[in-house]
Amino acid sequence: MTDMTRRGVLGLGAATVLTGILAGRIPVQAAETNTLTIAFNSNLPSFDGTVGLSGVNPAIQAIYRSIYDQYIGQKPDLSFEPGLLTAWGWNDDKTKVWMDVREGVKWHDGSELTPEDVVWSLTRAGKPETGNPVASVWASIGNFKVDGKRINADVINFDPTIFKWMAFLTGYVLPKAYYEKVGAEGFEKKPIGTGPYMFDAYEGNSFLRLKANPNYWGAKPAFDTVIFKFVTDPTSRVAEIESGSSDVTLEIPYEEFDRLKAKKGYAGVSSPISDIGMIFITNVEPMLDKNVRLAAHHAIDKAGIVKKLLRGYGVPIDTLEAPEYAAFDASIKVPYDPDKAVALLKASGYSKDKPVKFKIQTTRGLKPKDYEMIQAIVGMWRKVGIEAEIEVYEIAKHFELRAGHKLAPAAFYNWGNAIGDPTTSTGFAMFSKSPHSGWKTDDVDALIGPLWGEKDEAKRIAGWKAADKYIAEQGYVIPLLQYVQPIVFKSSLKVTPNISSALQPTLVSKA
Amino acid sequence: MTASDLLNRLFMAVLTLLGVAVIVFCLLRIVPGDPIAMMISPSATPADIAALRAHYGLDLGLPQQFGIWFMDVLKGNFGTSISQRRDVMELIGERLPATLELAFAALVFGVLAGGVIATLGTLARRTALDPALDFINGLFLAVPDFVWALALVLLLGVFWPVFPLSGRIDPTLSTYFHTDFYLIESLVTLKFAAFGDLIAHMIMPMLALGLPLAAIVVRTLKEALAEAMVQDYVLLARLKGMSPLRLVLQEALRNAVGPTLTLTGVQFTFMIGGTVIVERIFSYPGLGNMAIDAVINRDLPLIQGIVLTFGAIFILVNILVDLIAGWLNPRGAAHG
Repeated sequence: MTDMTRRGVLGLGAATVLTGILAGRIPVQAAETNTLTIAFNSNLPSFDGTVGLSGVNPAIQAIYRSIYDQYIGQKPDLSFEPGLLTAWGWNDDKTKVWMDVREGVKWHDGSELTPEDVVWSLTRAGKPETGNPVASVWASIGNFKVDGKRINADVINFDPTIFKWMAFLTGYVLPKAYYEKVGAEGFEKKPIGTGPYMFDAYEGNSFLRLKANPNYWGAKPAFDTVIFKFVTDPTSRVAEIESGSSDVTLEIPYEEFDRLKAKKGYAGVSSPISDIGMIFITNVEPMLDKNVRLAAHHAIDKAGIVKKLLRGYGVPIDTLEAPEYAAFDASIKVPYDPDKAVALLKASGYSKDKPVKFKIQTTRGLKPKDYEMIQAIVGMWRKVGIEAEIEVYEIAKHFELRAGHKLAPAAFYNWGNAIGDPTTSTGFAMFSKSPHSGWKTDDVDALIGPLWGEKDEAKRIAGWKAADKYIAEQGYVIPLLQYVQPIVFKSSLKVTPNISSALQPTLVSKA
Repeated sequence: MTASDLLNRLFMAVLTLLGVAVIVFCLLRIVPGDPIAMMISPSATPADIAALRAHYGLDLGLPQQFGIWFMDVLKGNFGTSISQRRDVMELIGERLPATLELAFAALVFGVLAGGVIATLGTLARRTALDPALDFINGLFLAVPDFVWALALVLLLGVFWPVFPLSGRIDPTLSTYFHTDFYLIESLVTLKFAAFGDLIAHMIMPMLALGLPLAAIVVRTLKEALAEAMVQDYVLLARLKGMSPLRLVLQEALRNAVGPTLTLTGVQFTFMIGGTVIVERIFSYPGLGNMAIDAVINRDLPLIQGIVLTFGAIFILVNILVDLIAGWLNPRGAAHG
């Protein structure tokens, strides 16, 4: 053993400290080290993606999809594929469902996935007391019976989207035995799933480190380690990627996206996602006047907003269905026509000198250029005879007002629909019984109501298209644009954009 | 401060915290933003919403909610976080050490840097350096901590990338800590590599918080030193041939430090408040960063717990400052 003097120990310590400080500055290249670092745009409040606020937060689904598997998988183009269920369906009269559970799947602790895990997860999700925000969806099937790898169940309330929800929010299979052993708090401290990556370390508000699952049933994960750094400030995310500290980032200002992707050593992809910007119309004065509603819609130059404010990163839309959604109908148009807007307002006694007045609410900074977009729209409205007062609100207030049907006559919001079904776009945004609809009238309900339980899929989709057409003709909502998600990354990598907006590590590979 | 004074202050502190608890509870119920509205899916039926409300105890009347919460708080139970589904006190216990370490580091930096510059300024009176220092100090005073944070991100994170941009420790390090006081533990257990990494991660947020404090210390201490330097005892020491540096450090500083210390104490509480934004910018996993998420998610139990914790810190810091000021200048303390 070598004796060290006090000075020696101090010197060695100082050298190690200095090394520690400097070591953090050596950029780690994902392609070289097998570690992928993502500067992520959201924090992870909870590891249980089936309950509470986390269950309905689209931003963190990328993390959940890394640790857990969904009942049914979803491809980047929103189409569905086998997940932990290899096959599924209804019986002929759609009074029963059946699901085949994948065999040979292991939980991260090495134990086998069983059909009982799937039944337990579905049953738990359907119990409101567990805190699942969409418990009623999951409760639409029950009386599960396991027969080998097959699960049979009764349809309690027919929901044509139940299998789509199995690839959507809260649609994750959790480990029955482990969860019951460690409890909710224990699960939060060390979660396990069957997904491609396993929990390794977590520092709330700072980072999550995942390790590749060597027993994964699907394609082998491309990286040994994945680090999600929680960097909620867009400027800091830009700095993360530009300094080389992270390999990939997303949701940065479009100006920065254009600048970075043109820079040597970086690349970028931008793709439309299942998230739209829209203006809720509330059925209060002066919006009870159809001319005012339609004038407000025709006066907006959506293409101009996308081009000038969003640098071309957006797709103008005229219904709540984006082009990738099941009920998208390209023939439904509400064109930019300021002359028509003037004429409609004139018919109701309004003009530039005698404008119709109402309030429009908007978030500021929640989505790219949200406030600026509303400012531009208010400017366009002013030119045709609409004087709108802007009120900025927090997203929490928006939810409260919307649930209480107390939104202003016009209110800007964004709406995600990662399964692309019309029930989860037009349906919940326009049906009066939904806590999230703005316009609540019987004529819309009469069109939408029967579609909730429609068992003929072609008829169901045709019905939603008809409802969208009617809503556009009546001006009950103002869809604005489909967002485009910017992702920038080191050129040593390849990123497949995901229309659902989830930047999953499994969609990143070495170039 | 006498023992009875201290007891009186502690009693008042408890009363203040009780007041804070009542005000925070009521305010959070008045401001817009229903946590249940935040988490209901578009498909939620009225029954779903009612079930969720009952699940979180928000279906009860306000007095009943307060009664349950307050009795639990008295037992040390702050409830369960709505967004994180974990015990609030446990969450605060995990995050508070990071904030305390950062705040103390910024405090030490601010006081040391401010003290050195104030001393230099005092020694450089009536030279060209003095107004130059005043000018620079004025600039530092004018820039708030979050602007420093953004400037440092660009300067030391991007253009001259010498320090890590985010987090508290390198995510690739597999160091295990027994406590949440990482910095202290790594030093005590001689984990120098981890200590160095923690310091590297702390430098930018520490500078962002500490630079405005340093500027305040410079201004206050420099003025106090200027007053002290013309006192008779200092003049006498000067006549005895004491060097200017020794005059400042041995004679003037002890009497000048009182007002600076009091102000530093007040500024320290403001600085703890400043950690909220600075921690956010640097993704530093402290209490402030968690507070922002709690507010965004309308996580009522967590917000209440964090506010009470910040309140307790403010009160304790103020008592501590009074104690130290009394110890440094017993005559001033005795005269109240």
